[in-house]
Amino acid sequence: MLVQHLGPIASSLFSLLAIACLLLSFVMLGSRWLNNYLYAFAAESWTIAALSAAVGFYGSYPELYLIAILTLLFRGLLLPYLVWRIIRRLDVDREIHLLVQPSTSLIVGALFVMLALSVSFQVAAELHLQLTVATLALTVMLSMKLIGFLILALRHEAVSQILGLLVLENGIFLGSQILVPGMPLLIEMVILFDLLIIVACFGVLVGYLATHAGTTSSLELKRLVG
Amino acid sequence: MIGALILTLTGAPALAIIGCMAVRRPRGAEAINLIASAVSFACAIPLPFLIDGRQLVFWNDYIMLDRMSAWVILCTAIVYFLASIYAIGYMRLLNEDRRLCQFYALFAGFGLTTLIGPLMNSVGIYWIAIELTTLVSTFLVAFERVAESMEAAWKYIMVVSAGISLALLGTILFYWGGSFVLGPSYTMTWAVLADAAPRMNPILLKLAFLLVLVGYGTKVGLAPMHSWLPDAHSESPAPVSAMLSGALLNTAMIGIVRFTGVTRAANLGPLPQLSLVAFGMLSLFLGALFIVRQPGIKRLMAYSSIEHMGVVALGFGFGGALGVAGALYHMLNHSLNKSLMFFGAGVMMRAYGTKEIAMIHGVGRRFPTEGALWLAGAIAITGAPPFGLFLSEFTIMRAGLKPSFSWAVYIMAILLIVIFIGFMNHFQAMYYQPGPNGEEKGGSLSAWCAVPMWLSLIPLLVLGLWWPACAWNYLTSIAQSLNLGTP
Repeated sequence: MLVQHLGPIASSLFSLLAIACLLLSFVMLGSRWLNNYLYAFAAESWTIAALSAAVGFYGSYPELYLIAILTLLFRGLLLPYLVWRIIRRLDVDREIHLLVQPSTSLIVGALFVMLALSVSFQVAAELHLQLTVATLALTVMLSMKLIGFLILALRHEAVSQILGLLVLENGIFLGSQILVPGMPLLIEMVILFDLLIIVACFGVLVGYLATHAGTTSSLELKRLVG
Repeated sequence: MIGALILTLTGAPALAIIGCMAVRRPRGAEAINLIASAVSFACAIPLPFLIDGRQLVFWNDYIMLDRMSAWVILCTAIVYFLASIYAIGYMRLLNEDRRLCQFYALFAGFGLTTLIGPLMNSVGIYWIAIELTTLVSTFLVAFERVAESMEAAWKYIMVVSAGISLALLGTILFYWGGSFVLGPSYTMTWAVLADAAPRMNPILLKLAFLLVLVGYGTKVGLAPMHSWLPDAHSESPAPVSAMLSGALLNTAMIGIVRFTGVTRAANLGPLPQLSLVAFGMLSLFLGALFIVRQPGIKRLMAYSSIEHMGVVALGFGFGGALGVAGALYHMLNHSLNKSLMFFGAGVMMRAYGTKEIAMIHGVGRRFPTEGALWLAGAIAITGAPPFGLFLSEFTIMRAGLKPSFSWAVYIMAILLIVIFIGFMNHFQAMYYQPGPNGEEKGGSLSAWCAVPMWLSLIPLLVLGLWWPACAWNYLTSIAQSLNLGTP
């Protein structure tokens, strides 16, 4: 288990990067401009890439350098570029009808983080890992999961929903770097590629939505009920 | 021998994707897809007979065939084959000849992804296979490109991707739990996981199992994660609806069952199977509510799928030889029967030009043969004798008749009766209520549409009258290997 014998510098570096990711997802939650979502997401991906490299360095998992480079290329550059193209093509720059004010959603997000913290404390106590970075990683993973769902629920512009989904996956990626750095390389690589395909699909779908359903806001999607 | 069969089984649709893209002629594409599905079907039939209790692995342990995957692959291949025959007749009605090559390429791709899902030995790769089924089928759901199908496709990919990301989280937690036992780096196959499970931390396992259950449960369409299912099933072209319902749901269900087996090996107490029973009851309840007052014909079938997946979940939740064998038998019967129902619904929808039950009249007089087949299917889908679903539902109820679960069986029986009445009420209206403008002329349907309806009803009747002893032994041996005893 990597987290059990980490030096103080390594664990504070991991903690710093994990907390930076959490803060960036709050930036996404609190903003109403789609471009800000996108920049925050890209920054989050770079942070995760840095974390992969750090884990690779301190835990001596050389294959994680490859993961770091791929994360940087795919999640840090290619995915934001694809989403940016969708934003430009749709000509929307912000959420027009907010369901909940950003300030309120920030508070709900904070409550979710507390929930995640209590769950991970329980699990970590079971595993005798209370004071390690594993607790933090689990907390950040679960909170990013919950914040992603919050974004999916509260934002209804198609692009914000795509980004919400990407936050869900980012959370898992971040947690898995710290908790299971030895996970087979193949799986991680395929998951990266998989994500790329998802976003490509979304790009096509958003285009269809705009031309055939006449809207990209999920609030207007209410033909099918019952 | 088995390796060659598996290679052909998956290779045929894979080649069909390339073939459909290459020929650029709609008639050629439909022939290629039909041949591929027939080859897959022919390869899937001998698999359950050839495999004898062992677990076979191929290709660096990535591919695994055991009795359960052979069974689910058989269900999938049957639906793929029937839907491919039907698609030839149905898709010609849509006047979309230009895009048919694209359709058949996607359709073969959907067949391929649903066929390889059960074969995946690695837990992580299984997740990827399930995710791929979503990606391919989204474009099939959106094929008609009207506002409704776009909406359905959007909801489908959104809800299912979000749900399945929970399954990924659960998978990672399983891996983490295993890393305390097996060291930081190992290959997580189903067998390795089940071996290590008794030594893993129970709290972590419970958390991981619940996440996986909710994640793959979204894909199976268990209530309350079902919200994508009625939309996607009702708005896609009928052959795709049949595939979604008869093939895809089973492919995702097998993951839940395998994870339940893993937690069962870990002695987690009643929680895993109780949660399956709870989700099953909820799905059955919700299906019953929406079936009774359903205005749309394909949505009626979609809610019936939710109901039947609930019944399957109940079977696995009740456990024991009866429960597991009943649930697996139910999968096969449901695959046959739901294909028949969607085939019928598709042709009626086209013939009457509406999806609303209230606008369909006098089906029996207008289409004597197909109408009779569809009505027989409707009787079968409600679990009435002498069809297969009656036998399997009855077996599942027998499995539940023990002190801990008898309440569930009584509620299940009441809900099934409610569903029977609701279904028959809708069909009574469609068959016997006179239309506003008197009798309509009878129409003729293409044989491509009628033949698969026969092909699904006849085995259904046979399976209802006679549950072969070899099938019974086969299914109970799966139950033993899963070890889903009474909680």
